[in-house]
Amino acid sequence: MLNFALTLAFALVATAFAMSFFRLIKGPSAPDRILALDTLYINAIALLVLFGIQLASPLYFEAALLIALMGFVGTVALAKFLLRGDIIE
Amino acid sequence: MSPTTEVLLSLLILAGAAFTFIGSLGLVRFKDFYTRLHGPTKATTLGVGCLLAASSIFFSITGEGLSLHEILVSLFLFITAPISAHLLAKTALHQGLPLGFNITRQHDTDIPRMPIKDS
Repeated sequence: MLNFALTLAFALVATAFAMSFFRLIKGPSAPDRILALDTLYINAIALLVLFGIQLASPLYFEAALLIALMGFVGTVALAKFLLRGDIIE
Repeated sequence: MSPTTEVLLSLLILAGAAFTFIGSLGLVRFKDFYTRLHGPTKATTLGVGCLLAASSIFFSITGEGLSLHEILVSLFLFITAPISAHLLAKTALHQGLPLGFNITRQHDTDIPRMPIKDS
């Protein structure tokens, strides 16, 4: 039962990945693309957590934590650049 | 692992994956940027929260001792998701992105407004 749920969850998150990637490529404006990148890193965290459960290995949390940190910094830097024309004033 | 915990884990995992999916579906399907911002920022936070809760329960049962470092990730996401959404909304307003079809239609009709009082 857990294996079936994991397989279905992998399929759902992979579809979510593909849809965010579609918005990243298509997105008519720059904030759309930044939002798609933001969603992509959150989807990556979900995928890493699922991998950690399936392989029963606690090694994947450090990667998830690092992606969360770096993704937030990247989103803030990109949004700040569009907002002010500079990142560190 | 007892059957009850297995069912609970499966439900949490499926709910988390479904919320993640719905968030990205909103990102693709909504009409303008401001509604698109709504989908992922709420749904993915809840989805990843469910998945992290499932992972915490799983490693508390199978591993030795309580597994609590998933809370770090979920706490960090809960703190940072509103901040990045706020910054993105500010950026979109700064760039003057257009509103969606329905919203502009609503503004065109005669909605009764509150009269502005002189102070």
